[in-house]
Amino acid sequence: MSNLKIRPDGKFRKPPLGPLPWIAPALILIFTWVGWPAFEMVRTSFREVSRSGLILGYVGFQNYVELLARPELPSIFIRTAFWVLSIVFFTAVISLPLASLLNQKFPGLTVVRWFIILPWAASVFSTALTFRWMLNAFYGFFNTVLIDLKILQEPIDWLGYPNVAMAWMVAVAVFVSLPFTSFVLLAGLQTIPNEIREAAQVDGSSSWRTYWKIVFPLLRPALLVALVINLINVFNNFPVIWVMTQGGPGNSTDVTTTFMYKLAFRLQEMGQSAALATFNFIIIFMFILLFLRVSGWRQQNEN
Amino acid sequence: MKTKSFIKTTIVALTAYAVAFAFAVPYLHMLTTATKPDDELFMMPSLYLPTDWQWNNFVETFDNAPIATYLKNSVIIALAATFIVLLVALPAAYYVARFRFKGRVIFLLLVLVTQMLSPVALVVGIYREVVSLGLVNTYLSLILVNAAFNLAFAIWIMAGFFSSIPSEIEDAAFIDGCTRFMALRKITIPLALPGIATALIFTFIAAWNEFVIALTLSSTVDTRPLTVGINTFIGQYQVQWNYLFAAAVISIIPVVILFGSIQKWLVSGLTAGSIK
Repeated sequence: MSNLKIRPDGKFRKPPLGPLPWIAPALILIFTWVGWPAFEMVRTSFREVSRSGLILGYVGFQNYVELLARPELPSIFIRTAFWVLSIVFFTAVISLPLASLLNQKFPGLTVVRWFIILPWAASVFSTALTFRWMLNAFYGFFNTVLIDLKILQEPIDWLGYPNVAMAWMVAVAVFVSLPFTSFVLLAGLQTIPNEIREAAQVDGSSSWRTYWKIVFPLLRPALLVALVINLINVFNNFPVIWVMTQGGPGNSTDVTTTFMYKLAFRLQEMGQSAALATFNFIIIFMFILLFLRVSGWRQQNEN
Repeated sequence: MKTKSFIKTTIVALTAYAVAFAFAVPYLHMLTTATKPDDELFMMPSLYLPTDWQWNNFVETFDNAPIATYLKNSVIIALAATFIVLLVALPAAYYVARFRFKGRVIFLLLVLVTQMLSPVALVVGIYREVVSLGLVNTYLSLILVNAAFNLAFAIWIMAGFFSSIPSEIEDAAFIDGCTRFMALRKITIPLALPGIATALIFTFIAAWNEFVIALTLSSTVDTRPLTVGINTFIGQYQVQWNYLFAAAVISIIPVVILFGSIQKWLVSGLTAGSIK
């Protein structure tokens, strides 16, 4: 199976009842558990909801106004942008050489691939939990290693300082993003025929030059798709921050998703939380449009 | 020339082993923490390896917290979600792979949007819906949400496999007097089995690893899956990290093995069919 373009051949005779019996169950599942929650969320953002969850009526844009008036919000937006962009950037920078490494032939390749898959297969939750323990100020692995290597004199409370905690959480989010991105790039590398590279080398091109002039341009479509999917995943990422700092100390490491969660389930501000979620939703929609563009998705599926 | 390529392979291999080790470090640390006795857990500086390996912790964690119940819940939720995905995604994937129809592109777009939205993006809406249906603390709500959000991947990967099977094979079966369902059952489904298995295993793993929705929708031990169950260790006065990680290791091992078995096919499904 190499061709994943879903392109029907058209001349095949159709079953009598049309598409509905075949796709209706999928439509029902999508509408009841994706469509309805989305509708309910947008509707809640325009309503006043009491602390006990009762609907007190429509209030227009009041939730949005109250949300935007929150003093912590500007820094949360800036932090979210930093969070998403830095993770996507570092993931790409590390995945490119990692994919090339996995594309080489050497003994034990299969075993190495298994190890690289680990953060993808294990739940993000448990990976984040492990890092939280490794970064513990008193009993943590990282402090012990750094003190043994004489890099540190004293143990550091890594997750106690907002900026340091944020940097570590970016690192953990990059770590869990690497397997997917590098496997997409690996799939892209494997579609580039070896002859192209060999021809360049026969012409006297160095391997560095061959990579940037020939391999990288051919890899760009795969890279773009991987980046946009990673962008969406990171934007939706919740467990890393929730498990490692819960957005704390205070709100100093919150991003929009964790803050939205706190608004709803800690501060009981359902309406404002729904307003922030609706805002996130719009951003994800723009990312989806970006995906459609960079992946050439329509051309593949329309014909 | 030969020694040069030998040196190159050696460097590449050593680099790869170092990278692999770096990826394994957190999980090895999980394992060594899980096997530490209580008194070695809170030592300063911490020990790299336990001096007294307590493999028994993997058994004792079951007495320490309702791990058996959490495990049972995870299995029920993940299996049921997988089964629903099979029933719902298979016919849809087959139909979009075989036929053009009005609204096909819109349907595929809808599926794509579902794939790109994660439950956390809709958690407020999902929570309100589940409350209004009276389904808080039930398996059913967790099963349906997991099924809905993993449907898209299953449709992509199965449709990819179905469209790679020439329809002429089915045509031949019709000429021999097969009905469509017989042709599907006897010919198409067996040929698409790797794709179907990939979709199901992936759904199982995703439901097994799901955290946010379970955190929001299950507040009692009775329906709480293992991820959220492990998280409740942290609320305790002194976190027993050895038991916590023993439970975490138990939760990871089955999915890593399953995951390795499908990694070959994953990329094509996760990029919505845009990368071969």
